[in-house]
Amino acid sequence: MVRGATTEAQAAAQKVLAYALAAGATQAEVLFSEGDSALTRFANSEIHQNVTERDAQVSLRFVDGRRVGCAATNRLDDEALRRLAERAAAIARLQPEQEEALELPEPGQVALVTGASSQATRDASPESRAAGAREVIAAADAVGVLAYGSFTTSVERIGVINSKGVDVIEERTSASLITVSMGRDGEAGYASSSAVDVTEIDAAAIGREAAGRTRDSRGAVSIEPGDYQVVLEPYAVADLLETLGYVGFSALAVQEDRSFHESGRVVGSNLVTIVDDSTDPAGLPASFDYEGVAKERVTLIERGICRDVVFDAQTAKRAGRRSTGHGLPAPNSYGPFPLNMLMAPGDASHEELVSGLDRGLIVTRFHYTNPVHPKLAIVTGMTRDGLFLVERGEVVGPVRNLRFTQSYLAALAGVEAVGRDRFRVSGDFSPVVVPAVRIAAFTFTGATEH
Amino acid sequence: MRDLSQRALDTAVQRGATYADVRVVRRSEESISVKAGRVDAVGSGETEGFGVRVIVDGAWGFAASSRLTGDEADRVAAEAVRIARASATARRRAVVLDDRPPAKGSYRTPYVIDPFTVSVEDKIALLLEAERTMARIEGVAFAEASYSAQREWKAFAASDGSDTDQEITHVVAALEVNAVDGDELQRRSYPDSGQAAGWEWVVGLDLVGNAARIAPESVALLSAPQCAPGRRTIILDPSQLYMQVHESCGHPTELDRVYGTEASYAGTSFLTTDKLADGFRYGSDLVTIVADATSPGGMGTFGWDDEGVAAQRVPLVQDGILAGYLSSRETAPRIGRQSGGAMRADGWDRIPLIRMTNINLLPREGMSLADIVADTDDGLYLASNRSWSIDDRRLNFQFATEVAYEIKGGKLGGLVKNPTYTGITYEFWRSCDAVADSSSYVLFGTPNCGKGEPGQVGHVGHGASGARFRNVQVGVGKW
Repeated sequence: MVRGATTEAQAAAQKVLAYALAAGATQAEVLFSEGDSALTRFANSEIHQNVTERDAQVSLRFVDGRRVGCAATNRLDDEALRRLAERAAAIARLQPEQEEALELPEPGQVALVTGASSQATRDASPESRAAGAREVIAAADAVGVLAYGSFTTSVERIGVINSKGVDVIEERTSASLITVSMGRDGEAGYASSSAVDVTEIDAAAIGREAAGRTRDSRGAVSIEPGDYQVVLEPYAVADLLETLGYVGFSALAVQEDRSFHESGRVVGSNLVTIVDDSTDPAGLPASFDYEGVAKERVTLIERGICRDVVFDAQTAKRAGRRSTGHGLPAPNSYGPFPLNMLMAPGDASHEELVSGLDRGLIVTRFHYTNPVHPKLAIVTGMTRDGLFLVERGEVVGPVRNLRFTQSYLAALAGVEAVGRDRFRVSGDFSPVVVPAVRIAAFTFTGATEH
Repeated sequence: MRDLSQRALDTAVQRGATYADVRVVRRSEESISVKAGRVDAVGSGETEGFGVRVIVDGAWGFAASSRLTGDEADRVAAEAVRIARASATARRRAVVLDDRPPAKGSYRTPYVIDPFTVSVEDKIALLLEAERTMARIEGVAFAEASYSAQREWKAFAASDGSDTDQEITHVVAALEVNAVDGDELQRRSYPDSGQAAGWEWVVGLDLVGNAARIAPESVALLSAPQCAPGRRTIILDPSQLYMQVHESCGHPTELDRVYGTEASYAGTSFLTTDKLADGFRYGSDLVTIVADATSPGGMGTFGWDDEGVAAQRVPLVQDGILAGYLSSRETAPRIGRQSGGAMRADGWDRIPLIRMTNINLLPREGMSLADIVADTDDGLYLASNRSWSIDDRRLNFQFATEVAYEIKGGKLGGLVKNPTYTGITYEFWRSCDAVADSSSYVLFGTPNCGKGEPGQVGHVGHGASGARFRNVQVGVGKW
């Protein structure tokens, strides 16, 4: 936690909390954040979009007995803050009395995580991001392809205070560089990196990785869809974890009987262990959730067996246990969410993963995946930016992209080897830390033209 | 606000911008959801700020702030210019905008009942009644009813003298009911759509009546037969056809995507500009699709886009032939055209991108949707989108719907669960041999169209009346 001068949003939050209590709230909580974020985007090897924004906002959860009203604003003048409290109170009081009461979290021990922010990321500039973009473009130029991508940096001070004494604030920074490079015939390659400290991102190396994959993808040929043994690169494994997190690792999903997750149920091979741990510096560290509760390490799947799911205050109360610190900003109907997932490494080198393919595919990443049947975790999506055929352990060459329709649970059950190196991969929701894996069978159900 | 805009424009031009525009935006939102007989979430939000977009040395810069002061206008404009200069260090072609007369005037979404003046109590009461109607059906595991509204005021000013202000109001409503039996979960929903309108649109949805219709169907689906694999004739209800239009026509005709500016995120498009000149056959003769920012009630309807280009109707596919694109002032000149007015930003802190307006598959007079069913000897009728996926050039797609009904001898029959279908975009649209007339035409609103980095959520519209397609692969995957 960062302690020091009161920030603008923090001061506004304290005022809002006081206004809420003066308005008769039986409990009240204010989530506040402020910061700067910037993104430099490039395509066809030139910067085409370059943006920055500065914002600050406060969000009030007003509890009146068994009724709750939420309101948010980014206007921090006194009149707007008073109106915010009035609005949330009115929303709460216009509701019928609920059977279920909300209990805001009690103050708890929030341990300081190290490495949540970085001065270098704070100091990032349009010029430094443009320099990173130029390094990626230069790597693409070197193999005669075009570079596309984005370079983002952000700094956010986020905090929660509530009427029970919760009072936490933390500064978090993040940086992310992603790139796709493409050749004349549409061959493509992908690479990305994310970090708390922008200086950990080696733009030239990311550019070389993507450009090299593009070069290797030239001359892709069509193959028939069907069942293939696969090596999923970390970029693809990230989608497995994120999707399972979305459909199954939330306590609300379990309570509503829409999750596959049942403690003790075997869903994966004994090589599969997945945890959510915001204290692990391999990910992007954070100390507390959007309810101000300390984030706990949660074992989601251990050696293939379902163990636990993540909880926020409301789902924890229903289950008669404490929150694991995975609440999202109120109001939300999604329930808690695992934002810091990591998959345990195995002992295989990348070469060993590939050499174990009799006739199979190396999948760089997935594209536009979507659950077809959430409870069975059946998902469809496409391969993208590098798909390679392997026969008897040797790479034969690039192949055109395929569509899969596959149960991600069956994929976990089919994991037969796990890479020993892990990578932090930018996801749709948050970064995940994953190795590459080899899976015995993956069902591809369609083909496309590139 | 005009003072702030003018100050930002003056600062940008003084610092070297050859073009600048400013949008000052204030947005109010409210949302309500009820679940399991209780109020699940009620929220109200407001956000305001301004964004300055400039061209310097032939390159773009953009900066935005929530602090509406003169000093901040100077800082943000100067920052936008600085960013543009950084952009120019990696520039290969200079930005050139089309010519258009300065935009002047005001626009306001028409509505009868202002949704923000209807009491929270009345809204909750309606949603709770609909939710209870679903939840009381035996076999239902959980049900949810939700509503949201958004109002955005925006003032646009540009260094060419443009000066417009708009007030856009949107409402959204959704019912969802889920039945569970072991690992089987079946969902039905209605209408999961929105409109540029007032509370009167929500009242007109008959949420309670439709709750009574869909809840038993979710339970019945649990014991329905699985959609079998094979090639079938399919009829798409408007509640699925709009999504087919969205993914396989709307996105691939975005000209910024065609030129690669979304390549590293959502991908590119198979509809390259050479296909426009070549008269590419996108679909059968029955397929005519327009981008119409003037459709009454559409979530893609407005007075001017966020570059100050007036709302208009642009043909995308005419009688099956590719006819145009969704475009901007920067991209349209590259195909020798004027902007079609499709640039919109998700709030004050985002730069405008080419977004769908209302992408409408025009009805064909001759056969009603019922006539098409009656004209079908053997097939599947699919309704209500459940999932969607399409490749990074918008060719290979796969959709799942919540429900399908067997068609035998021209009559709708029993339910089929977990229906899916897949194909290649142009092959699919070329297989279209019937488009329903206007009697079943519905203008859907999609309030969650994602695009761009940083992410932007767009509100877009889709009109569809239903259509038939031949020889389509259904029942995909192992179940």
